[in-house]
Amino acid sequence: MQENEIPPLGGYSDAELDRAFAEVAREVEKTAVSLHSAEDKEQFRLAWLGRKQGRLKLISDAWLKSAPPEAKKQIGQRFNALKAEIERLLEMAGDGPAASELDAEAIDITLPGTRRKLGAEHPLIKTWNEIVSVFQRMGYSVGVGPEIETDYYNFESLNFPPGHPARDTQDTLVVAGQERKPLRDRLLMRTHTSPVQIRTMEQQPPPLRIVIPGKVHRNDAADATHYPIFHQVEGLCVDTNITFGDLKGTLDFAMKAFFGSSVKTRFFPSFFPFTEPSADVQISCPFCGGSGCRKCKYSGWIELLGCGMVDPAVFGFVQGKQPGYDPKKISGFAFGMGIDRIAMMKYGIGDIGLLYSGDLRFLEQFA
Amino acid sequence: MRILSSWLHEYVTGLTVSDRQLADDLTLRGIAVEGVFDLGEFGALFEMDITTNRVDAMNHYGIAREAATIYGLDLKPLNAELSASKSAARSVPVSIEESKLCGRFTARVLRDVKIVPSTGIVAERFRLLEQKPISNAVDATNYCTLAIGQPTHVFDLDKLEGGIIVRRARKGEKLRTLDGVERTLDPDDLVIADEKKAVGLAGVMGGWDTMITPETKNILVEAAWFDPGVVRRSSRRHLLHTDASHRFERGADFNAPPVASALVSQIILEVGGHPEGELVDVVIPEAVARTAKRPSVTFSLSEVQRMLGPTEDPAGITAPMAVDILARLGCGVEEQKHATDAAAASTQDLDPSRAVLGEASLAAPDARHANGLYSVTLPSWRLDLEREIDLIEEIARVYGYNRFKNTLPTFAGSVVELPWVEKERAVRGTLLALGWNEAISSSFCSADDAAYFVREPGAFVALDNPLSEEAGMLRPSLLPSMLDMLALNISRDVEGAALFEMGTVFSGGPERVDERPSLGFGATGAAFGSQLADFCDLKGLAETLLGKFTARSIYFDRFPADSGLIPAWLHPGRSARAVLDGATMGWFGQIHPAEAERRKLKQAVWIGEVWLDRLYKQALRQPIIEELSRYQPVRRDFSVILPDAVLWARLAGALEALAIPELRRFEAKEVLRDPKGKLTPAQHYSLLLRVVFQSHERTLREEEVQRWSQQVVAAIEAQGGKLRT
Repeated sequence: MQENEIPPLGGYSDAELDRAFAEVAREVEKTAVSLHSAEDKEQFRLAWLGRKQGRLKLISDAWLKSAPPEAKKQIGQRFNALKAEIERLLEMAGDGPAASELDAEAIDITLPGTRRKLGAEHPLIKTWNEIVSVFQRMGYSVGVGPEIETDYYNFESLNFPPGHPARDTQDTLVVAGQERKPLRDRLLMRTHTSPVQIRTMEQQPPPLRIVIPGKVHRNDAADATHYPIFHQVEGLCVDTNITFGDLKGTLDFAMKAFFGSSVKTRFFPSFFPFTEPSADVQISCPFCGGSGCRKCKYSGWIELLGCGMVDPAVFGFVQGKQPGYDPKKISGFAFGMGIDRIAMMKYGIGDIGLLYSGDLRFLEQFA
Repeated sequence: MRILSSWLHEYVTGLTVSDRQLADDLTLRGIAVEGVFDLGEFGALFEMDITTNRVDAMNHYGIAREAATIYGLDLKPLNAELSASKSAARSVPVSIEESKLCGRFTARVLRDVKIVPSTGIVAERFRLLEQKPISNAVDATNYCTLAIGQPTHVFDLDKLEGGIIVRRARKGEKLRTLDGVERTLDPDDLVIADEKKAVGLAGVMGGWDTMITPETKNILVEAAWFDPGVVRRSSRRHLLHTDASHRFERGADFNAPPVASALVSQIILEVGGHPEGELVDVVIPEAVARTAKRPSVTFSLSEVQRMLGPTEDPAGITAPMAVDILARLGCGVEEQKHATDAAAASTQDLDPSRAVLGEASLAAPDARHANGLYSVTLPSWRLDLEREIDLIEEIARVYGYNRFKNTLPTFAGSVVELPWVEKERAVRGTLLALGWNEAISSSFCSADDAAYFVREPGAFVALDNPLSEEAGMLRPSLLPSMLDMLALNISRDVEGAALFEMGTVFSGGPERVDERPSLGFGATGAAFGSQLADFCDLKGLAETLLGKFTARSIYFDRFPADSGLIPAWLHPGRSARAVLDGATMGWFGQIHPAEAERRKLKQAVWIGEVWLDRLYKQALRQPIIEELSRYQPVRRDFSVILPDAVLWARLAGALEALAIPELRRFEAKEVLRDPKGKLTPAQHYSLLLRVVFQSHERTLREEEVQRWSQQVVAAIEAQGGKLRT
């Protein structure tokens, strides 16, 4: 087919119309292949849609106008479809600039991205939330308590009698001006989150499942791993028939949820005045899988938790307010872990002081 | 504490496991071996970490007992035999004046002894343990402590004037202790004295004047049992923590003194001398009832199961197993045939003249175990055992914690969220999203800072034993440490810093301390981009934050500098109070120039505090959406010159007063001040005001927009402003 020519039409039957229009459509496709420049497109447009010499005009003149009235509808439909296809091809070719022009507009995509500053979540809060949410999924509610405690809640009700050597391990910061009060009422900075166990049990009868995150203080000299301030998460579960096996199972489950399912736990006898039996818990090193690395000091294990069955004496202290805590009928377990230690281990923080420094060069790494 | 594996072998025959295995097995039973050091032909040295409740295991014999229990081996009874003593005309008189504080005192006289350096096994073990040798007599007492944990003391008998009296110190009484320090005693101190003077601080340290010297010929050996409390108090009072006090204050073995006395004497007498007279042994019966002959404890197997749960081994903890464990640890175990036995059963006899260490009156496990109830007598060396639960722990510990099944408890309760958790999350989330970094700082501050930043004058709380003078107060505000942290970052040369802290602040006094949650924030330098942080960054934070909560009204105001209403730490002209529903929520602005100078802060520092206890009283705002208009908004910008006296709030008020419903919003696109008066006339500023009109009902017509614009211009002119030409 020459330019400005159209195929002859041999009649107005459907088959003949289909044939003729198909031939034209093939021609459209052929001429639409190389529409690169604006000039190409204009030429294509003129060749097909030009008002005077465009082929559609010729088709309209040659086929449609001379057609018998009963065939006009058949031709008209096919004609419109063809026109739509031509317009579609034209549009697809776009009327934007050519590829070469776009290349010329290339920018330096290796420049650094514009990074609007995100506020950085504190690593302790991040770890705190992660630990708490593991226990929340296990049905634990979150509890809190005061940072200033009485001797009674911090020590006595947790079975640290006055003058007990176990108090030595928790050097206590004491509020001034307490000398004239009875020992049990003297105010101090809580040395652990455990007093909240007592406060919660006094408020609420069993069954109880509670997890208590919080800030605690000790009169400790600061070094790379000790600081007068640190954070703990405490847990307490009391019900009928709570066993040592439940304690083990719960902590094993929680450690797997927190560090990954391949982590193993093992329990060692230990001593805390408020639990009996008491245990220290080690987890297999989540970093090396137990083969030994710097983080686990090449032992394959990391000590992470203290725990135990709630000592009957502790229930004895709350029974006056909540008779439901009868150690003959119920039992429970408690556990505690240092958030700082876990965060330090997880993020490779070598100096605990960084957590409390407000040094942006450190904090911004958690954004 | 250090332990020699070879020494353990002396007490436990048939111990065949390797030293490393032994260390692991002990550790799994709570007798923690922290380090194992190979000593070649001498076995291994264990570095131990023994928990405070296990004073009985702070010596070789005690650890040997653990090993014997773990492996089911026999523990050798201790016997120290002395050569026949020459009878003395009269024995040393011993009188215990304080029978509540000293439960037992033994004294033995050794005559014609020789004071020489130690040799043989004592010297060898001291060398391996890196224990400093002194002389055979002193070493004998230290050896005894290492062997069986009973502290003892040796006096130069010829320096004692008269018999021994155990009494309280007299007020102001002096004693020069073995470390050479002259100490003034307190009437609460218990002393060993002769008729003239104090010769030792009971359970803590002996006296200088009566100590063993190379010239010593005759010795008095003391082995006693002191009340844990009095020893602890003396030890703390005189800051004297000794091997002896460490053991006495945790509860020594009431039955050990005679054995210890014999062991010490035997070692001293190896190179000459002889005992004189019989052992003087004064025993206070009330103390016996508190230690060696305590009431028996009823123990039931069903309670073991209730507390511990199932074991991996389906056989579980059987009665013979439980009985065997307790017996090996030194308990007397007897099955109760009838329920009434429990009350009557208390079997262990005390015979003070006989060394009973390591001997247990073990009832043969009965095959019937009808009711699974046992009467258990408690060993004199385990004052930590008092109750059934203590025995259950012993069984769990020796059986092995890791042999219990991991189970999960069922739970029928529901999870309760604290009412403010969601609010706390909203506050934290807002600050993080706005680019502020969270910090956590010390809970303490200096007295000066407390006074300067306190909310209610005087209501701050001091510590009795602060970490340092600079940390002597509980912080009444988060801002002192916020300023410290900003200063640190400035000194580290960061370009900008924006920090916040959510923490507790304290107020009150010695009687009562109130704790309140607070939010502190501070920014300096190019904290949020290239522009320097300014007042509007803080105000934007406050507006966004308060906007998260329900409120009928939120506004910010300022008071005259001399009103006395502005916190001291704020620059009066560059600060504002945030008010929500009429209540002050907090303050923010530039730090007061005087405080900036004190802290040597040269660049502008912006800080603020929001009292979260107040903010948390409001509910979080629930967004209720506004219908979206289908019609185009029309924007009009006005560049105007306004007198400085016309604050934005006044202009905004004037525009609002126009009450044009289609005036959707207006904003200050640009504010320009030129103090030199070149760009703007003096005492005037230039403002680019954008006004947006939009209707919910129709497309706005040009003429009505024109009319409203004229109203806007008129309002500006009414304020003394005029359009820039």
